[in-house]
Formats: sequence, structure tokens, C-alpha cells
Amino acid sequence: MAEPLIEARKVEKFYGQPGANRIQVIAPLDLCVYPGEILALLGPSGSGKSTLLRILTGLAQASAGEVLWHGQPVSGPVENVSIVFQSFALFPWLTVLENVEAPLKACGVEAAERIKRATQMLDTVGLDGFENAYPKELSGGMKQRVGFARALVVEPEILFMDEPFSALDVLTAENLRNELLDLWEDQKMPTQTIFIVTHNIDEAVLLADRVVVLGKNPARIRTDFHVDLPRPRDHKNPRFGELVDYVYTVLTQPEAQPQVPSATLAKPHYPMLPHARPGGIAGLLEILADRNGREDIHLLADLLSFEVDDMLPIVEAAAMLGFVTVSEGEVEMTAAGHEFLDADILRKKELFRAAALERVPLLKKILSALETKTDRTLPDEFFEDLLDEHFSEDETKLQLETAINWGRYAELFDHDSRGQRFFIPQEAAAGTAQ
Amino acid sequence: MTIQALARSIVGERTWPLLLDAAVFIVVMGVACAVLMVGHVWLGPVNDHAEISRSPSALPLYALYSLVRMTVAYVLSMAFAITYGYIAAYNRRVRAVMLAVLDILQSIPVLSFLPGVMLAMVALFPTRQLGVEIGSVILIFTGQVWNMAFSFYASLRSIPKELREASKIYRFGWLQRFLQLELPYATIGLVWNSMVSVAGGWFFLMACEMFVLGKRDFRLPGLGSYLQSAASAGDTGAILWGLGAMITVIILIDQLVWRPAIAWSEKFKFEQVEATAAPESWVLNLLRKSPLLTRVQQKTLGPLDDYMCTKAGRHSAEEGAVTGGAVGKTVLAVLIAAALAAAAGLGVVEAFHTLAGINWGEVLVTVESAGATFLRVLISLAIASLWTIPAGVAIGLSPRLARIAQPLAQIAASVPATALFPVVLLALIKLGGGLNVGSILLMLLGTQWYILFNVIAGATAIPSEFLEVAEIFRFSRLDRWRKVILPGIFPYLITGLVTASGGAWNASIIAEYFHFQGKVLSTFGLGAEISSATDDGNFAVLLLSTIVMATLVVSVNRMLWRPLYHLAETRYKLES
Repeated sequence: MAEPLIEARKVEKFYGQPGANRIQVIAPLDLCVYPGEILALLGPSGSGKSTLLRILTGLAQASAGEVLWHGQPVSGPVENVSIVFQSFALFPWLTVLENVEAPLKACGVEAAERIKRATQMLDTVGLDGFENAYPKELSGGMKQRVGFARALVVEPEILFMDEPFSALDVLTAENLRNELLDLWEDQKMPTQTIFIVTHNIDEAVLLADRVVVLGKNPARIRTDFHVDLPRPRDHKNPRFGELVDYVYTVLTQPEAQPQVPSATLAKPHYPMLPHARPGGIAGLLEILADRNGREDIHLLADLLSFEVDDMLPIVEAAAMLGFVTVSEGEVEMTAAGHEFLDADILRKKELFRAAALERVPLLKKILSALETKTDRTLPDEFFEDLLDEHFSEDETKLQLETAINWGRYAELFDHDSRGQRFFIPQEAAAGTAQ
Repeated sequence: MTIQALARSIVGERTWPLLLDAAVFIVVMGVACAVLMVGHVWLGPVNDHAEISRSPSALPLYALYSLVRMTVAYVLSMAFAITYGYIAAYNRRVRAVMLAVLDILQSIPVLSFLPGVMLAMVALFPTRQLGVEIGSVILIFTGQVWNMAFSFYASLRSIPKELREASKIYRFGWLQRFLQLELPYATIGLVWNSMVSVAGGWFFLMACEMFVLGKRDFRLPGLGSYLQSAASAGDTGAILWGLGAMITVIILIDQLVWRPAIAWSEKFKFEQVEATAAPESWVLNLLRKSPLLTRVQQKTLGPLDDYMCTKAGRHSAEEGAVTGGAVGKTVLAVLIAAALAAAAGLGVVEAFHTLAGINWGEVLVTVESAGATFLRVLISLAIASLWTIPAGVAIGLSPRLARIAQPLAQIAASVPATALFPVVLLALIKLGGGLNVGSILLMLLGTQWYILFNVIAGATAIPSEFLEVAEIFRFSRLDRWRKVILPGIFPYLITGLVTASGGAWNASIIAEYFHFQGKVLSTFGLGAEISSATDDGNFAVLLLSTIVMATLVVSVNRMLWRPLYHLAETRYKLES
């Protein structure tokens, strides 16, 4: 891992003398901030988040322990960091432009250069045309944009943000958060790292690469985990919900030590079914068996004059069922794959059924939903509703189509396309009920 | 660039910028001339028994002299207030001492400083008029400076934490911090306190320009001495002329200086949203349109500020960090503390020496007279409250009444009570009242306005919901006052009373002892004690009565006003 930009070693904050009267605000804690990450520091109000931020920036002194900046101990405000404040902290008697210029003036930048850089930064945050306005003429969201411009104009190594969206109304905050992320993703943000203090769990999981949760009385690190969700993130994504629930549990139960829900176990409840037919899967296995059980995917596609993109769903489906493994572009048959290939048709179906029930949550879900009904039938709409939280409308249709294909092959359930219902045929029901 | 900007520039041209520039130029030249003239007088030989002319034609020049004195004293006050406030705000070790000193100095009546200051200055410049002039300026200074220092200190201490942090994290040098954070934040407080201070300066102008000190009779040409000699001679015509001149000057200053200053300082209001009704000033509007001033500002102040902030200010900031080494600072602090302690020690020894000549009879008289003055202060406060509370509430609650009454009250308040004394005394003598009653009236004249304006402000600040509640639930008149209005104005009323009581004590010195129609009118009281001791050059009694007065004022502040203030702050503060 890269060298940390800031490292807190056994940093603590307390008031009063050691002994009964000492008020411990922050228990000794270690924290590293690395280049390239967005780190969210979460905690209940009064937990010392802001104090920790001020200690890391050198604005406040730790009572004990040390803060290292590029390995050097910090005394006094750290050079080349910025803070975006909850209350904006703009100077009301300076115009927007003068506010943004102020930090440059403090670094001794010449007037012409100052104006150029400040104007550019104001453009970046979407405030061109407001250079000569005074902060009190602006709405809250625009004020915080000025706050961002002022913070970014010095191109800080770390951009610290102290609850930057808390003073804004919900919609403005949401909007500004997204714009911030866009700038970050497009690398238009002249900063290496963002350190954001917040009490908003959603905000932390939405923005951060890494979330650190502080406990209260005294502040200590309860958990420190990476958010393994790709951007842009969707609140409706189940994994998102899981992480939010996890943080919520940590925050509301000071004694509990819940585990970070592991990403492999807790992939979205319905991983996308690759659109492959069971016949295609069997075909792939046959070809692989011919080539000693392993082959490069690209070669395989060439061999069959397929596009790789057409080939992939079949490979993924086989992998999902556990018949092959894929690593570094090579497909390799597993023992289960050999067994499946060598079996007769009835045994094939049995194996497929077992694999599907174990490894394909959607099929299992459909089956158990049907089994709860006495007439063992449910309309398509039921499953469409179930899936459209996770997939687009078209994709939902495709997913169900694939599920029907697989379910029929495994003789788990059938589908009546005219009546638009899923159902379990009587003999199949008798078969699986055992 | 938009059409609006274009339109603005066209509108700008219609105000004849050339004329404006010419006016600005003339004003600058006029000030330069005045400075030369005044300098000529100041540096001339001592003019001990200057005859003060009572002819109206002398008034413009006298007004100029008084104005220059006030201005110099004001500039000094500002410089002192900023320095003192700055040190007190940033040095935790000396803060408590500095504030206590300020508190005591504030409660010492201006005129008690008079003999010491004058004798010292005359000794310093025995052959030049400068000595007496500087003495007079210092006296005016002592009447103006303390509340400005308090205001600056309080502003510095109340700068929001996040603004401070912003200036720290963006590594402002000390100068940039001063110019972009501290001074702007303190501006509104400084402007308002400047107005109060300068009003106080007018109040004591008569005493500061003409006084007897033992055998010496000091007279400085000015508005104050004009009024004083008119009163001494009982020349009603001259009194009215002088009064008219003074009111004219005060109104002119109000229009040309304070209104623009207030309108300009609006920019420094620390608020999140723009106020709906911001104060305006026609002078400021004109000045803002002057191309000459704009250009001068762009060409000189801008680059200068730039240079100072980026170069000079930063260097000092870094040096400051270097010399922040504990040793140098501690040595300096110890040296200063030792010097101050030595001076204080000498002062105490000297004071004891002086006080040694006092017998118990004099002490008893001083204490009794203190009681008499205390009573007068209380009575004047009570009378003032009796009429200002109903009037202030009526004005504050009725915007229509406020539009008419507010400006009138402001003009009335701006006339220094001391200038009115001769007129009031004339009336009193006609009616046959003595100075015993008269002095209460005079204190009232000087102090009622503080209460009135604060009550108006308080009544305006009562949320209309409260009044509506009283309306809906049909509160009786008594309940309306007891449950809504009085609690609503309480914090403001206390502020007004504190200021008024300080003012009344100070006014007692002039109100209880007055040169009028060739003789001395006086009544029994601490103020009269101080004034007559000054006249006779009796330093022992002067010192004793000053100490008694300062002690009384400080202890009343601590024991009465501060607890009430605390109550107002905690229980009756309306959180927005």
C-alpha cells in the first residue's frame, strides 16, 4: 500500500489531569489517510469527529500521541490542506471572487495569476457570473460551492470537509454531492484525497472508498472498512442497503461488534443470470472436454467463430453452476462439470437441479415462492416486481426468460406463457418435495 | 458583461462625475488648509489668557478648532482601542488585568484626569500652545476611548470559530488576517461605538476647552470655550448662537460622516441573508460614484494591500512564529510587567503621600457627598425610565410613529446636554429652582437618550407572534406589559440603564458645579467636590473623591448591573 499522507499515532484528546476528573474526548487511536481515497469519518454527534479532523489538520493539538504528515510530525496548521466548513465560513465582506482569492493571496500569488486561478475554479464549480456577488446574496448551495472553490483553488493534497452538506436542504445536498463525485470521477478535482466528516450514513456509503466509524465517550474507531461498490452507486442496490444497515447497527449498538458483511456472501440477492441455455452450457462442456478440459476463452471463441461477447454468457453460466472455473482468460472444467458431461439425461437434469438450487438464488426464490402457494402458481408480475428493484425493465424480462429456460430444464417449475403464470407441475412437485 | 452593467455605467454618468471629483478635490484641499492653520496656532507661543470672543463671526473658526481637536482625539482613540483590544484578546495571561484596568479607567470621570494631564503637558511644552492643546486632546481622548476598546476586544473574542479556522488553514499572514477577518468583523461595533464616543466628546468639550486649575486659567479657542464664556457672562444671545453652531456641526457630521459610515459598514454585517431594509446614505452613494476616488482606490490601496498581505504581512507572520520562541517572549513580558508594576507602585506611593494630608472630616464629607450624588443618579434614572419606557415602547411598536419620532429623537439626543445647561439654568433661575434639582435635570438631559433608544430597539425586536398571543387571549393591559412587553425589552433596558448610569455619574461633575453669569453655581455632591477640587488645585480632595467615585461606579456595576445583565442574557434572551 502507498505511503500514508497523514498518519495519526496513538492520538488522543482529553481535558483535565489524569485521574478521576479527566474527561477523555478521544481515546488513543491510530488512523492513516492514503492518497487517492475518499475517506468518510462517521460518528454520532458529539463523538469528537470534528475534533479529530482539527487534530489531523493541525488546527488543534492532540493531548497525546502524534500526527505525521508525509512522515514528519505536525505542529501548527498543515501546509497544503483545505477545509470545507459546515457553516461555509465565507467572509461576508468579501465578494465571491475575493473569498476564493484569499488563500492564494496568503500564499503570495500575484494578483493577475490569482484572479485567473480563482475564476477558473469558480467556473469548475459552476459559479461563473457570480464573481462579484457577496455571499449573502447567494443561496446555501451556492455558498457551499464558493466554499469548495476556495478549498480547491490551492490544490490541496487533502481536502477536508466538515459536514459540508448538513446545512443544506436535502435536494441541494444531494445535487452537490453528485457534482462533487462527478468532479472526482472526472479527475477535475485538484486534490489527491478527500476526508469527509459526516453523521449521515447514506452520505458516507455513497461517497466514500473507505468508511471509518467512531464510537462515543470517548471517541474510538469502531470499524474501518472499504466500500466495495462501483460508482455511480445506487441507493437501491442491496449491497448498499447492507452496508448502511451494518453501519447503522454499529452506531446504534455501542456494545456490539458486528462483522462487515462480506462482499462474496452478500453479493446482490439476485446476481444476474447469464443469458445462456442449458443446451449451450452442455455444448461448451463437450468442447472443453475435447480440449483436455481447459482452453483460452478467446481461442475458444475463434474456434467456434463466435464473438467473445456471445461466448461469455455461456461461460459465465457454466461458472455460476460450478461446472467450470475461469481465471485469467482460461476456462477449466471442474469435477462437477465432468460428472455432468458424463451423466445420462435424467442424471444430467438432477445434477443441474442440484447446482441451480444451491448456486442460483433466483431459481431457488422462484421455487420457494411457488411452494408457499397451495395451487403452486404465481403470475409473472409477482416475479417482475421482485426483480425490477434490481434490474431494468428489459433486463427483468430477460432474466425471467432465462430463469424459465433453466427451471424447465431442471424440472423445477414450468411457465404458462399465455396465462403469464409460473407453476409447479404436479409430478415435479411430488419429485422435489422429498 | 451584461446589459445591466452597461445600464449602470450610463446611469453613473448622469450624476456628473466631474462635479463630484471637483467636490472631493475641494474637500481635500480644505482639510489641508485647515490642518496648516491649526498647526500654526498650535505651534505658536503660549496664549495663556486667550480672550474668547463672543461674536458670532468667530464661530466658524472656533468650530474648526474644536473639530480638529475632536478628530485628533478620535484617531488616537481608535489606534489605542485597536491596540489595547488586540493585546487583551490574544494574550491570555494579561487579559484579566487589562480588562479590569479598562473597567476602572472607564469609571473614572474624565475631569479627574484634567489637572494631572494638563500640568504634565504644560510642563512638557512650556513655550508652545501645543502643550495645552495636547492636554485638551488627551482629555477628549479619555472620554472616548474606553468603550471603543471594549467593543474591539469583544468583537475579536466573538469571531466565529470556523472563520478563524479558515484563516488559519489557508495560512493568512497576520496582516491579511487583520484586514480580511478581524477589522471587518469589528467594524460595525467600532462604528456604533465611535458615534457614542464622539457624542461623549461633545459632551465634555466645554470642560476640556476652558478650565481653571489653581491659579491658572486655561482657555482654548473653540466651540466649547465659546459656550462656556457665553454662559459665564450670562450672554443669552451668544449662548443661542453657540448652541446653533454646535447643533449645525453635529448634524453636518452626522450626515457627512456617520450616516455614510453606517451605510458602508452594512457590508460587514455577519449575516447569512441580506437584510430587507439596509441603511442608506446619500453621501456614500455619491462617493461611490466618484471616478476619481474609485481610481485612487484601485491605483493605491489595492496594490498596497496586495503588497502588504503577500510580502510584508507574511514575513512578519513567519518571524512571529520564529520569535514565538518562549524565551524572548517571556523576557519581554517580564520586562513590561516590571515596568508597569514599578509605575503602579510609584503611583500608589504618590497617592498615599497626597492622601496623607486629608483629615477625617474631609473623608466624611466626601462619603456624604457621594451618597447625595448616588441618590441624584438614581432619581434621574428613575425619571428617565418613567417616561422613556412607555414612549420607547409606543415608538417601537408603531412603525408609523417611529418614522416621525426616531429622527427627531436622534437630533435631540445628538445635542450635548452640557451645551443645553446654560439654557436650562436660565430657565431654572427664572423659575426659582436650585441646582440641587437642576443637577438632576441636567443628568437626565444627558442620559435619558441611552434608555430611550435601547427601549425602542427592544420593542422593535419583540416578535409579533407574542403580541398576537396577547391579543388573541385578551390579555389585560397589565398582563400585556408584565408578560410580553417588559420581559421582551428587559435585556435592552438593562443595557440602556448601564450606559445611562455611567453617563449620569460622569455628568454629575458638570451638573453639580457650574460657572454661570460670573459666579459659581454648585450643590452638595461628589461631582461638585471633584470640580471644585480641580478649580482650587486641591489634589488630595480630587484624588480622594475620584477614588470614591470610581469605586462606587465599579461596585455598582459588579453588584447590580452585572447580575441583572446576566439574568437578561440567560432568561430573557430571545433565541432566533
